[in-house]
Amino acid sequence: MPRLLEGSIAVAQTVGRCRPDVIAAYPISPQTHIVEALSRAVCAGDLGDCQLLNVESEFAAMSACIGAAAVGARPYTATASQGLLYMSEALFNASGLGLPLVMTVANRAIGAPINIWNDHSDALSQRDSGWIQLFAESNQEAVDLHVQAYRLAETLSLPVMVCMDGFVLTHAHEPVEVPDAAAVDAFLPRVAPAQVLDPDAPQTIGAMVGPEAFTEVRYLMHHKQMAALDAIPQIAEEFAAAFGRDSGGLVRGYRLEGAETVVVAMGSVLGAIEEVVDELRDDGVPVGALALRCFRPTPAAELRAALAPARRVVVVEKAMSPGTGGIVGADVRRALDGCDTRVHDIIAGLGGRPITKASLRTLLARAREDRLGSLGFLDLDRDRVAAELARAGTPTAPGGHAAQALAAAGLWEEDA
Amino acid sequence: MLQVRLHGRGGQGVVTSAELLAAAAFADGRHPQAFPSFGSERSGAPVVAYCRIDDRPIRSHEPIAEPDVVVVQDPTLLHQVPVFAGLRPRGTVLVNTGKTASALGIAELPGLPRVVTVPASQLGREHIGRPMPGPALLGAFAAVTDAIALPALEAALRERFPGALGDANAAAARAAHDREVASAAPA
Repeated sequence: MPRLLEGSIAVAQTVGRCRPDVIAAYPISPQTHIVEALSRAVCAGDLGDCQLLNVESEFAAMSACIGAAAVGARPYTATASQGLLYMSEALFNASGLGLPLVMTVANRAIGAPINIWNDHSDALSQRDSGWIQLFAESNQEAVDLHVQAYRLAETLSLPVMVCMDGFVLTHAHEPVEVPDAAAVDAFLPRVAPAQVLDPDAPQTIGAMVGPEAFTEVRYLMHHKQMAALDAIPQIAEEFAAAFGRDSGGLVRGYRLEGAETVVVAMGSVLGAIEEVVDELRDDGVPVGALALRCFRPTPAAELRAALAPARRVVVVEKAMSPGTGGIVGADVRRALDGCDTRVHDIIAGLGGRPITKASLRTLLARAREDRLGSLGFLDLDRDRVAAELARAGTPTAPGGHAAQALAAAGLWEEDA
Repeated sequence: MLQVRLHGRGGQGVVTSAELLAAAAFADGRHPQAFPSFGSERSGAPVVAYCRIDDRPIRSHEPIAEPDVVVVQDPTLLHQVPVFAGLRPRGTVLVNTGKTASALGIAELPGLPRVVTVPASQLGREHIGRPMPGPALLGAFAAVTDAIALPALEAALRERFPGALGDANAAAARAAHDREVASAAPA
């Protein structure tokens, strides 16, 4: 039975049903409600022997989760934005050690300038950390992905990051079905960990590896990630059989038949994209959408199969690599190597700017007229940018871009 | 799909009102979605929250730019925030005020929305003991739209605020609802 729940609460209840042994987290918006709810559940005794660790930082949170996983316990943590960056060193350790971990990232922009709103800069900045990165389109999918993530993490002995749009999903109240506790238990049997630290049989993990074998160790990490490309759809299929819902997997096509233009995106923006696709299809325009549900590892074969028949692909992405452009777009281009399909990176929704259906309609109209370049910025205020560039070119003008952009938006009072 | 935008100030229960609207609609088998505008959760600062209600699952998560209904929990916002921006022609406006729409200068807005004034703070003071405008505005909302029913709203308020507080909230909602129904009845 679906219930009307805040996304964070639905995720917390689901994580609780995954029976974590250790929860270590440090509060940061917009992740806070998830960990607060789990903290209350632990205090109420609802999670059995689960230990909640109040740590002093995200670095400590991830380190505690690494320690917990290394002794065969099931850990959980959640973070966002700068908190994820503060974990970064430990993220690489978790994956390098091959430890099964699950973490929620309530996606949020990264400063400077400081910004608490949603985009994908945080998770995408950690794309080379060796974590599997799954993106939820809705709160229902966020919930379902956590159950699948534990299964995946423990099957492959790898850390898994479940990414859900901060505020847009975490703070939205929608009907969600929290997976049945007994069914979750059946889906997540306790498995013997691939490696366990045992005081009675002491050994070390994470030993130094020199040039003679480091390449091989890194290759084996890549190999394991590639194995995840088989495991992820298989687990999604088993989840569908057990819970009756299509969630997870690598990619999901929407009205791709005969589509000349396909929009690729990750996360909650797909809802608006699908509605625009429906409107355009009603007008006879051949467009479709592709949800990239698994960002790392890159499902290159599935991207190619879905996108190669299209004339053009518009990648709407909520992050960018300054000085280069799109991040997802680069992966899509590589997957389409040798195909005639053109790829347009459209940077959109940075720092919480809404990606509206009106803007998407305009974007797709321009795409059909072949007026998109390889890189574009949705709803960019070009006048404001031009004014700031002109100002920055004058030697007497004080202040950084951030203060000036706020002043131009009427949100900052300059001293006389 | 009915789209509602709620304006108020931090501490006034604006986000809670959006959630209660969704809860009442959900209890009646509709598909709601409620979410706050983020980042301005400070006491006294202008706050916006949104609620969509449809007969099928809602996919879009963008903020509501063209609401069918606007709820204004604090009339001082009328001069501070473009609360009527994007309001659909012949939409509905609910304002917390003891004054008339004419006295507030909003009797004839562009697009000719129906303007409903509700002494919601006063009803909150009478029934809850605090000038919380949310329950009364939602009660009036139930009377002037067919999006939610009063019994579902009362149940949602009682679930959110257990015990006597829930009863008090439900009483404020019912009073505003009945007042609106009475004023709409032919003399």
